[in-house]
Amino acid sequence: MAELNTGDGGGGKDKKVRSKKQNSKVDLTAMVDLAFLLITFFMLTTTLSKPQSMSLGLPDKDDKTDTNIKVDENRTMTILLGKDNKLVRYVGLLATPVAGGAPKDFVYGKEGIRKELLSRKQSVLAYSTAKGKPKNGMIVIIKPSKKSNYRNLVDILDEMAIVEVPTYAIVNEFTPEEQKLLEGK
Amino acid sequence: MAVKMSKKAASIDMTAMCDVAFLLLTFFILTATAKIPEALPVDTPASTVQTKLPETDLATITIGGKGKVFYDLKGREIRKRALELMGQKYGVEFSDDDKDKFALMEGFGVPIQNLKQIIDMKSSERSKAGQPGVPKDSIDNQLAQWVQNSRIANIEINAKELQIAIKGDAKEEYPAIKKVMDILQDQKINSFSLVTGLRGKNF
Repeated sequence: MAELNTGDGGGGKDKKVRSKKQNSKVDLTAMVDLAFLLITFFMLTTTLSKPQSMSLGLPDKDDKTDTNIKVDENRTMTILLGKDNKLVRYVGLLATPVAGGAPKDFVYGKEGIRKELLSRKQSVLAYSTAKGKPKNGMIVIIKPSKKSNYRNLVDILDEMAIVEVPTYAIVNEFTPEEQKLLEGK
Repeated sequence: MAVKMSKKAASIDMTAMCDVAFLLLTFFILTATAKIPEALPVDTPASTVQTKLPETDLATITIGGKGKVFYDLKGREIRKRALELMGQKYGVEFSDDDKDKFALMEGFGVPIQNLKQIIDMKSSERSKAGQPGVPKDSIDNQLAQWVQNSRIANIEINAKELQIAIKGDAKEEYPAIKKVMDILQDQKINSFSLVTGLRGKNF
């Protein structure tokens, strides 16, 4: 600081030239580093902060015209969501489940319900193809109980999207037997 | 000669690079929108589905904290119009100043009768105000009215159907979510978005 003041007092020509030369070469490396760091930060925060969403379509509530469509029970899988992340699934009707489709507990995720969904999807496809209607895929009925939480619902809807189940529905009515399944054991 | 060469290589002129870097930096800073603090912070569940929410024509219903419901609407003009319609419906007067403030506000969770107090607060006070949530029971279903009037406002101003997003806390029990879905379905809104966090394909 003190040197700066003495410089402009009455210095000769060569002194001025020297100081000019020193000023013309500022090392910008650190400044550029900082600028790029900030650019990276702003780029990432602007693109990543947008919330993701999952679209959900529900059937019309008041539409009572087609509530009694008969569905082949061999194609349906019912998933019951209980409290504390409990998940029970059965295939077909509860009283007379399809072979290998008796009510059973599963866990969420890759090793649990997804494996079951994938294998069941294959067998339903084989079954439909054998009947000559390969377009009839699996139908999944999701029944979230009153004790299940929102994460369970989103997780299971996510599994539907991952496995690409063609038809799925959220149903809120519970039969007493199903209630027992979730509460029992 | 060799000494001169090494001297040249040691210092590259970074002025242009610096210029570009700062130009980009300015651009990103200006385009970045300041994050508005949420009235009701919730922990959304994660999913692998990657559809982005729309930026406009959107109403967000936030559910959290034992069934409390907060309501938020995008677009200043739409907010003003929706507030006007709600004021008419419930016989609450809002001045132009109130409307301007409401247009810039974050989501809220109070009955319309108490909305004026919330509007008058500073944004730092609002988050501490302990808002009880928008009433949504069958006797006083203000949430349904808000959705209804927001849709009217959106059609009047933007001539587009309003999109509804539900932002639920992961730990919220299903009946609370179902209640909101039922309110929406009563108005024949059968498709809406669920706001989720992001997670990898192989979770």
